[in-house]
Amino acid sequence: MMALGLVVYGVLALLAVALVGAFAARQRDAGTVVYSLCLAISGAIAIAALGSLAGPGAEAAFPIGLPGLGSHLRVDPLAACFLVIVDLGAAAASLYAIGYGAHEHEPQRVLPFYPLFLAGMNLVVVADDAYTFLFAWELMSLASWALVMSHHREAGNARAGYIYLVMASFGTLALLMAFGVLAGGSGFGFAAMRAAHPGAVSGAVVLGLALVGAGSKAGLAPLHVWLPLAHPAAPSHVSALMSGVMTKVAIYGFIRIVFDLLGPTVWWWSMPVLLVGGLTAALGVLHALMERDLKRLLAYSTIENIGIIFLALGLALAFRANGLPAGAALALTAGLFHAFNHMLFKSVLFFGAGAVLTATGERDIEKLGGLIHRMPISSGAFLVAAMAIAALPPLNGFASEWLAFQAIFVSPALPQWGLKVLVPAVGTLLALAAALVAACFVRAFGILYLGRPRTKVAETAVETDRFSLLAMLVLCGLCVLAGLLPGVVIDALAPSVQALAGARMPAQIGTAWLTIVPVVDARSSYNGLMIGLFLVIVAWGSAVLVHRVAGRATRRSRPWDCGYPGLGPLAQYSAASLSQPLRRVLGAVVFRSREVVDMPEPGTLRAASIAKSIIDPVWVGVFAPLGIAVAYVAGKVNHLQFLTIRRYLGIVFLLLVALLLMVGVGG
Amino acid sequence: MIGDLLLQGVQMMVVLALAPLLTGFVRKVKAHLLRRQGPPLVQPYRDLWRLLNKEAIVADSASWLFRVAPYVVFAATWVAASLVPTYATGLIFSWSGDLIAITALLGLGRFAQTLAGLDVGTSFGGIGTSRELMIASMAEPAMIMIAFSVALVAGSTQLSNIAATMLTYQVGLRVSLALALIALVIVALAENARIPVDNPATHLELTMVHEAMVLEYSGRHLAMIDLAAMVKLLLYASLLGCLFVPLGLAPEGSGIGAHVLGLAAYAVKLAGAGAMLGAFEVSIAKMRVFRVPNFLGAALMLGFLATLLLFVSRSL
Amino acid sequence: MHSLSFDVAHMLAGFLVLLSFMMLYQDRLGALINALAAQAVVLSLSVAWQAIIQEAPHLFITAGLAIGFKAVVIPMALRRIIVKLGIDREIETVGGTGLTMLAGIGLVALSLQVVLPVTGGSDPVSREDIALALSVVLLGLLMMVTRRNAVSQVIGFMSLENGIVLAATGARGMPLVVEISVAFSILIAFIVVGIFLFRIRERFDTVDVQALDRFRGERR
Repeated sequence: MMALGLVVYGVLALLAVALVGAFAARQRDAGTVVYSLCLAISGAIAIAALGSLAGPGAEAAFPIGLPGLGSHLRVDPLAACFLVIVDLGAAAASLYAIGYGAHEHEPQRVLPFYPLFLAGMNLVVVADDAYTFLFAWELMSLASWALVMSHHREAGNARAGYIYLVMASFGTLALLMAFGVLAGGSGFGFAAMRAAHPGAVSGAVVLGLALVGAGSKAGLAPLHVWLPLAHPAAPSHVSALMSGVMTKVAIYGFIRIVFDLLGPTVWWWSMPVLLVGGLTAALGVLHALMERDLKRLLAYSTIENIGIIFLALGLALAFRANGLPAGAALALTAGLFHAFNHMLFKSVLFFGAGAVLTATGERDIEKLGGLIHRMPISSGAFLVAAMAIAALPPLNGFASEWLAFQAIFVSPALPQWGLKVLVPAVGTLLALAAALVAACFVRAFGILYLGRPRTKVAETAVETDRFSLLAMLVLCGLCVLAGLLPGVVIDALAPSVQALAGARMPAQIGTAWLTIVPVVDARSSYNGLMIGLFLVIVAWGSAVLVHRVAGRATRRSRPWDCGYPGLGPLAQYSAASLSQPLRRVLGAVVFRSREVVDMPEPGTLRAASIAKSIIDPVWVGVFAPLGIAVAYVAGKVNHLQFLTIRRYLGIVFLLLVALLLMVGVGG
Repeated sequence: MIGDLLLQGVQMMVVLALAPLLTGFVRKVKAHLLRRQGPPLVQPYRDLWRLLNKEAIVADSASWLFRVAPYVVFAATWVAASLVPTYATGLIFSWSGDLIAITALLGLGRFAQTLAGLDVGTSFGGIGTSRELMIASMAEPAMIMIAFSVALVAGSTQLSNIAATMLTYQVGLRVSLALALIALVIVALAENARIPVDNPATHLELTMVHEAMVLEYSGRHLAMIDLAAMVKLLLYASLLGCLFVPLGLAPEGSGIGAHVLGLAAYAVKLAGAGAMLGAFEVSIAKMRVFRVPNFLGAALMLGFLATLLLFVSRSL
Repeated sequence: MHSLSFDVAHMLAGFLVLLSFMMLYQDRLGALINALAAQAVVLSLSVAWQAIIQEAPHLFITAGLAIGFKAVVIPMALRRIIVKLGIDREIETVGGTGLTMLAGIGLVALSLQVVLPVTGGSDPVSREDIALALSVVLLGLLMMVTRRNAVSQVIGFMSLENGIVLAATGARGMPLVVEISVAFSILIAFIVVGIFLFRIRERFDTVDVQALDRFRGERR
């Protein structure tokens, strides 16, 4: 009960803060006030939601909204789960923004919309009828659009905002239609939808629409194209919120519709989800590997993680449809756990990018380097988050991916042949994506923070402010904790998994040494705490031993230069050259990447050059033809503007007759 | 309990103690096949000792990461190796990490090593890192697919359980296991920077991968990295042994006799693996760098095929 | 559950598929011919094993034919051909080994998907043999489609035929006459193709079959 009340008051308070932000944006400390209030509100909601994770849930209705419907709110374990994700991310972003927001040139474009954005995301999670849900969804979309447009004078941002707006409207339309089909005759309250079970065909339609609607917001391929444009365009704390939190709200929407409202599952519904998830994961990470803009790289990596989460959700659907609740619980836990983890580490990564941006004004990693010397703490936080996202033990990313692998490992029990072939293929994609992420973040961290500075701005960078650092360190600490004690998170997720999958994973906290066990009879287990302790003891112990036995004499010297002294920092490997082998191997297939080398004859003074080109298959294959088709149709429809009144009347009349016919025949 | 702890400790120490010997043995085999005398078997120990006692030279532009990385690499590799049954199953800590965790631990080692390669900011580190990343991003998924196929046969991803299952000989001949074996051999060659993927004996800049990455290291740091590489080679040999030749592995709770027998069998297996590796390396040439993805892609495909066969037909 | 006979039969059938993949992967003609010979050896072992477990001695003749013709005669002849044509050290440019292998995996999945569900009730040995045999056939076809060199197309054809023999021996009650006639028709096809190879070479100075397309005016 407390959580719901807090959310209601919190949303009202956030609206009030938005007003403060709107009217007082130009005051000197407006940013600090707004962000501190946001931090307090979202922190309170997060703590209350933590308390109601296992709770019985609470409902409330308010007489505002559509007449006769009102607006219904409800907090159940699933909603509480996502409230924790949303508000923890929001609290961290607000804390970060207390410091980071001071560098904002036009605070009046950010401050009013930031609280609105938070309010919208909170409302989506607690909505209990279609109207409230869609209203909150649109509030979230529009507020985030306004935030994307806050730096609208920078090149490319206006286009990013436009594409985002188109895709967001498209997604909302799909969700609207999904709710329309779900409501059928029963009404727009979620309780009524839950009671009515649509048939297999209309169920599949709802699934498709939910996949399009929620997937376009989350960044599923091929609807992801707006994401790498829009997320980086916003200020960094908003980027962190959009990537780390808003995509989770979209996932919440998908889970709510497909697992909760839709009723019993049919097995083949899982196939598109699995396939799209696997392809999204692979495509996202490949894009990230080719990218040199730091924030776009992170946005592409978000797409990859969303793919992993959807893959796990697809597996859960398959298990649930086949009456294998243990498998469904495992896969669903993996998905939810990964959603939580991704909120943690992606926020840190965007915070780090923001810190670099403030310090250097540069997002292009090719122009940076050596920042580990200048920004020791934020680089350390970025490193921890990069290791977590690369799924390295003992951090949290590995724990959730391990669960996903275990879910694949129990999936031969699925009886359908289609799934038997698809699941190993998707498993290969997951394994490939997991390996490529590590490569991607070695490249990102290595070029950005290691080596020698490539430009003047990188040489003179300074460490960011202490609020930003605190936000990063808190989230990093949570990454480490969730990695060492994954059992705690799994048990916290258990009530919502129980409600959706019909079973839960075995209780983890009671197991010896806090090991996590996916399925009791699988005889597999993983213990983050043990591995972490082992690693620390061995690394520390060997270092101490070596220093004790062999001494610690160290001499600083110039690096080995092959006898060509004075090679400048530009002779280092660049981001493009680092990923060149992978671009040649994988990019040649996926992106049709080409390299043109122009090597002048010896003795010529012309500079040598290498040009590389990559083609985004989704733009070329899906959206460009779509654009042409829309233009063509628009051209044809244009004639309709120049008809006589009589013809317009005729069209209206014919439509009326057709509708009447449909009603007459169909009814 | 004490006995189990002792068993785990002894296995870890055996791994550490034997790792340089295996490397020395492979070198000896290669030298003999080339009609050379070759360095003595204990040369790797001497090398490590000599390196440990030299002062470490660190480049001006290096950060703390460069100095920490060798210990991280070593720790990750050794912890991974401690999860692989060498001469007896039933390791007490084996429940804390499975085959996927072992792969990920090796990934952690590589993460640290590749970052250290980039830290100094020279082209050598970059070229090594770049190629290592390419190799790893094919070898790691292949390894996970192998883990899948082996685990599906044995019903667990835990190596001690897998080895125990393989030891019962109920598994019999399996097409998938054969495919997984070939894939694992390919992955092992690539991961250990052996011919035909990389040449551990060369310092020719344009062809090397691993050696380019660690070019800036010296003294005790280099000793740790070399030791980690040796442990990794032993890890893969043990892995091949316990998965595909479980012969002689002392089962859980058996007496001293079985353990002595297990140790002897383990020594024979290591010698066999080392001899085969040496013979293979002298009989084949190194590949061009851009042939390597095809080679590893084949391993990935084989792993996938093995998993697919197991998924589709549990009896294959 | 697993009898030894079953396991060995599967092992051999699996090796046939594996060798088909090796052929897809190889781009040197010499190694390709070696792989073909190896596949024939494995095939004859497989047929011989079937002869033992089915207690059908006439299958030994098939095994003998396989090892005689396919493992010795045809590879030797092929090697002579490529030496005579002067392409024994040539490296064939294959369009993306990875993609071809991926397509191959897809074909294996497809054949398992097609065969295993519909043959649910029958004897597991022949059932899964047929699934793997179909994969070998499809992989052979894939090789014929993806290669441009006429010699490797011939090799693809031979490997396809290996798949047919595997399927035939796996299914019980295949008369010997049929097998022998299949074997001989393959041999005759081989001779015809061999003659054609030299003809193509004489006329176009290459065994790249794209030359034929150009001659027909399909490509410019």
